[in-house]
Amino acid sequence: MSATEIARRDEPVFGEPARERLADIAQAALEEARRQGVSAAEAAAHLSQGLSVTVRLGEVETVEQTRDKGLSVTVYFGHRTGSASTTDLSPAAVRDTVRAACAIARYTAEDPCAGLADPDTLARDIPDLDLLHPWNPGVDGAIAIARECEGAAFALDKRITNSEGATLSTYEGVEVYANTHGFLGTLAGTRHNLSAAVIAQDAGGMQRDFWFTVARRPGELEAASDVGARAARRALRRLGARKLPTRRAPVIYEAPAAASLLSHFTAAVRGESLYRDASFLLGALGKPVFPEFVRIHEQPHLKAGLGSAPFDNEGVATAPRDLVREGVLQGYVLDSYSARKLKMRTTGNAGGVHNLTIDPGPLGFEQLLKQMGTGLLVTELIGFGVNIVTGDYSRGAAGFWVENGEIAYPVEEITIAGNLRDMFRGIVAVGADVDIRGNIRTGSILIDSITIAGN
Amino acid sequence: MDTSTHLVEQARKSLLEPAGLGDAELARLIGTLMSGRIDHGDLYFQYSRHESWSLEEGQVKSGAHSIESGVGVRAVAGEKSGFAYSDDLVLPALLEAAGAARAIAAHGGEGRAPIRWRSGEGLRLYSPSDPIASLDDREKVALLERIEREARAQDPRVKQVMASLSAVHEVILIVRSDGVLAGDVRPLVRVNVTVIAEAGGRREMGNAGGGGRFTYQELLEGDTVTGYAREAVRQALVNLEAAPAPAGEMTVVLGPGWPGILLHEAIGHGLEGDFNRKGTSAFAGRIGTRVAAPEVTVVDDGTLAGRRGSLNVDDEGTPTQCTVLIENGVLKGYMQDLMNARLMGVAPTGNGRRESYAHLPMPRMTNTYMLAGRHDPREIIASVERGLYAVNFGGGQVDITSGKFVFSASEAYLIEHGRVTRPVKGATLIGNGPDVLTRVTMVGNDLELDTGVGTCGKEGQSVPVGVGQPTLRIDGLTVGGTQT
Repeated sequence: MSATEIARRDEPVFGEPARERLADIAQAALEEARRQGVSAAEAAAHLSQGLSVTVRLGEVETVEQTRDKGLSVTVYFGHRTGSASTTDLSPAAVRDTVRAACAIARYTAEDPCAGLADPDTLARDIPDLDLLHPWNPGVDGAIAIARECEGAAFALDKRITNSEGATLSTYEGVEVYANTHGFLGTLAGTRHNLSAAVIAQDAGGMQRDFWFTVARRPGELEAASDVGARAARRALRRLGARKLPTRRAPVIYEAPAAASLLSHFTAAVRGESLYRDASFLLGALGKPVFPEFVRIHEQPHLKAGLGSAPFDNEGVATAPRDLVREGVLQGYVLDSYSARKLKMRTTGNAGGVHNLTIDPGPLGFEQLLKQMGTGLLVTELIGFGVNIVTGDYSRGAAGFWVENGEIAYPVEEITIAGNLRDMFRGIVAVGADVDIRGNIRTGSILIDSITIAGN
Repeated sequence: MDTSTHLVEQARKSLLEPAGLGDAELARLIGTLMSGRIDHGDLYFQYSRHESWSLEEGQVKSGAHSIESGVGVRAVAGEKSGFAYSDDLVLPALLEAAGAARAIAAHGGEGRAPIRWRSGEGLRLYSPSDPIASLDDREKVALLERIEREARAQDPRVKQVMASLSAVHEVILIVRSDGVLAGDVRPLVRVNVTVIAEAGGRREMGNAGGGGRFTYQELLEGDTVTGYAREAVRQALVNLEAAPAPAGEMTVVLGPGWPGILLHEAIGHGLEGDFNRKGTSAFAGRIGTRVAAPEVTVVDDGTLAGRRGSLNVDDEGTPTQCTVLIENGVLKGYMQDLMNARLMGVAPTGNGRRESYAHLPMPRMTNTYMLAGRHDPREIIASVERGLYAVNFGGGQVDITSGKFVFSASEAYLIEHGRVTRPVKGATLIGNGPDVLTRVTMVGNDLELDTGVGTCGKEGQSVPVGVGQPTLRIDGLTVGGTQT
C-alpha cells in the first residue's frame, strides 16, 4: 500500500449521534429493569461495521460487508441473577430482553457473590487510549492492497504454486457499558488486518503457511508486499519436512507460538479456574512459578494497543500491574464475582487480560538459536491437548530441527509434551523479538527440555 | 401440504410476515441482487433463540437467554462471492445489503427475478417444536440439580461438579434466485457434565454429555442424563490412577463412537469441496485412488433422525444426503455446497452450511462415520502385543494442506500382551490424513455414533456435527506422551 493511502484518517462511522443512541439504549434497559423491580442491573450495547476483501490467484474471491449490533443485560434480584441478549435494539426488543433476564433470575439460586462490581472499583477518569483510527480504503482500494499482498508471495519464488488468498479487513466498533451504580462508559476502537496464506510445492508435497499484520492504526500495518513475501518464505522453508525420532530435547517456541504458552498461564490464574479448584496453579500465589528473571505484566493503557482498555467489562478501572515478578506469582486474573469467591479484590479483568507482556531478554532470535545449540524450533502448534487442571501438555507441532545454533531442516508430524508447571520453571530465556500483533506480547521462548514424540 | 412446503410456510410466517415481506418484496430483492453477471443469489433469513443454564457448587447460579435475527444476502459470480447482511428485517436495509452484495459483479445489467416461487425438497428428521418451551424453567433447574446429586453420590473423591443445559430454537428461510424457497425449523439441545475428583493432592477431570435435534423431553427419557453424570465421574476417577503416557510410534486401538473424531480430522476436512476445487487439500485429485484399507468405508450422512449434525435441508436449501466418501478403501467423492459443486461440475451434496446469517456458507460435514467391519472388539484388543487403547477424546485439528492431524485422548490405557492394563494420561495422537486409514488393520463390528457433543470450527465459523466409528486398530500412529 502506498504511504498516501494509509496516511489518510477517515471519519468514524459511529460518531456522536451513534454513541448517544447506544447510551440511550443501555439506559433504557436499566430503566426497564428498575421497573421490573431489580435491585441492580447492568447493560452493554455495541455497534460495529467492517469490510473484508479476499483476493485469490489475483482475482477477487469474496467481498464481505459486516455490520453488527447487540445488547446484553444482566439483572440482580438481591443475589439472584439472570442474563439475556438480543441483536434487535428496538424499544420492544430491549424491553423483552430485560424481561427475559428477569424471568431467568426467578429460578437461579441465591449466590452471595453475585452482583455488580463494587462502586469503589469503577473507573472514574477514563483516559483516551487512542484506539479509534477509522480507515475506509473502499472496496477497490482494499482489493488493490490484497492483490499486491498476494502478488508479492507469488513473485518471490516459483515454488509458490497456490494460495488460499490474501485478505484485507477493516473494523470499527463502539460499545457502551452502564450499570445501576450510575456508571456509564463508552469505548470506540478500530482494528485493521492484512493476511496472506500461500502454498509452496515441490516434488515432496505441499506446505501451507501464512503471515498477518494487525493494528488499530492503518499506518502501523506492515507493507502489503512484506506480508505476502513473508507468508511465502514461511511456506517455502517448510518444504521437505520430516519426522523426528522420539527423544527429549530443548525447544524454542517462535514468538507467535510462544504467546500460546502465556495464554495457558492466564487460563490457570483466572479466578474461575481457581475457585473451581480447576487449575494446576492453585495456591501458587506468592510462590515461584517461573525462573527468577521472568516478569509478566499487564499494560492496559498502552496507546493504540490491541488489548488496551480503560475499564473492563464491568466498568472496573484497569491499571498496569505485575502478575509475575522475579518469577513469583503476584496476582490472579479476577473479575468481581471470582474475586468475591476467593475473598479478594477484582483485578479489572472481566473479559480477560490487557496487553499481557513478558519482559524480553537481551538475545535476538538468532542468538537464542545459538544459546539452544541443538534442539527443536516450534513455529506451529495444532490441537487442544492442554489440561489446565493438571498442567498436562501434549500438542501437535511443526517447525525446524536446529543443530549447533543453525536451522538444519524442517520437521512435522511430531508432538511435544510435558507438564506446564515444569515447562514454566524450565524457561531458559525470552527473546528480544517481541511479537506485538495481539493481546499477548512475547518474544521467542527457550525451554530446557521437552518430550518430542515422532518415529 | 407436504413436509417441506409446511416448513417453508412456518418459516414465512415467523420471519417474513412480521417484517411485512411478501412475494413481491422477495422478487424485488432478488431482482436487485441479480443485476449484473451473477450466477446465483440467495437470501438467508434466520431467527434463533438460545438459552443456557449452568450449575456449579450445587446451585444453578446463572442462566442466559439470547435472540439473534437477521438476513444474509449473497451474490455468486464464478468463483467470486459478494456478501452483506442486515439484522434489520426491513426492506430498505435488505435492498442496501443486496446492493452491496452484487457489487462483486463489476457491471450492472437487468435484474432477473423468478417468475414463481416453489418449495424445494426437504427431509423431516426432527420435530419443528421449540425445545426451550418444552420444559418448565423450574424443571430445567431441577434436572441440573439431579445431575449434580447423581455425580456426588458416586464417590467421595468428587470435589466439583459443573453441569450445563442449553437449547436452541432456530427458524430459517432460504430464498434463492432460481425460485426455490426452503424452510427449516431446527431444535438443538445439549447437556454437559464436568467433574473434578481429588485424591492425595492430585486432581483430575472427567467430562460427559450429549444431545441432538430434539427437545428436552427426549433428553429426559430413560436414564441418559444421570448416565452422563456417572460417566463423567468414572472418567475422572480413571484419570486419578493414570500414569504418564508413552511417547512414540505404536499400535493404537480406538474405541467406538466419539473417537470417530479421527475421521473428521484426518480425512473429513480434506474432502470438503472448497479445498479440493482450489487444490489446497492433501486429497486434491485423488478420487478413485486407494486412501484406506479395503475394509474401510466412510460416509457423511446428514439424514440421520435427531442427530446433532443432521439437517432437513442444508443452509443453501439442498436436502441433505448420505454421501459415500471412501468405499472399500477407495476415495469416492467430496462434500459440496452449491458454488463448489458448480465449479467442479458435480452435484451438490447438501453440505453447504453456515454458522448464521452473518456468515458465508461453505462445504461442511454433517455426521461423519465409518461403517462397521467384521471383527469382535475383544479380538482386536487381544491381537495387540503392546499399544495404546484410546476410548475418549477432547478436540482435534488438521492442517488441510500437509494432511497432518491431531486429536487428544482424555481417557486411554496401555495394551500389554493383548490385555488392557493401566490407564495413562491423555496424550495427543498425530498422523498424516492421506495415509492413516491405510494403516487400519482391523475394523470392529461395533459401530457407534457419538452422544451428540461435537462442534466443528472452520474459518471462524462453528457448526454442530456428529462423528462415529467402530473399534479400530491402526498400526503406527504417533502417540505424544512424555515417557520415552
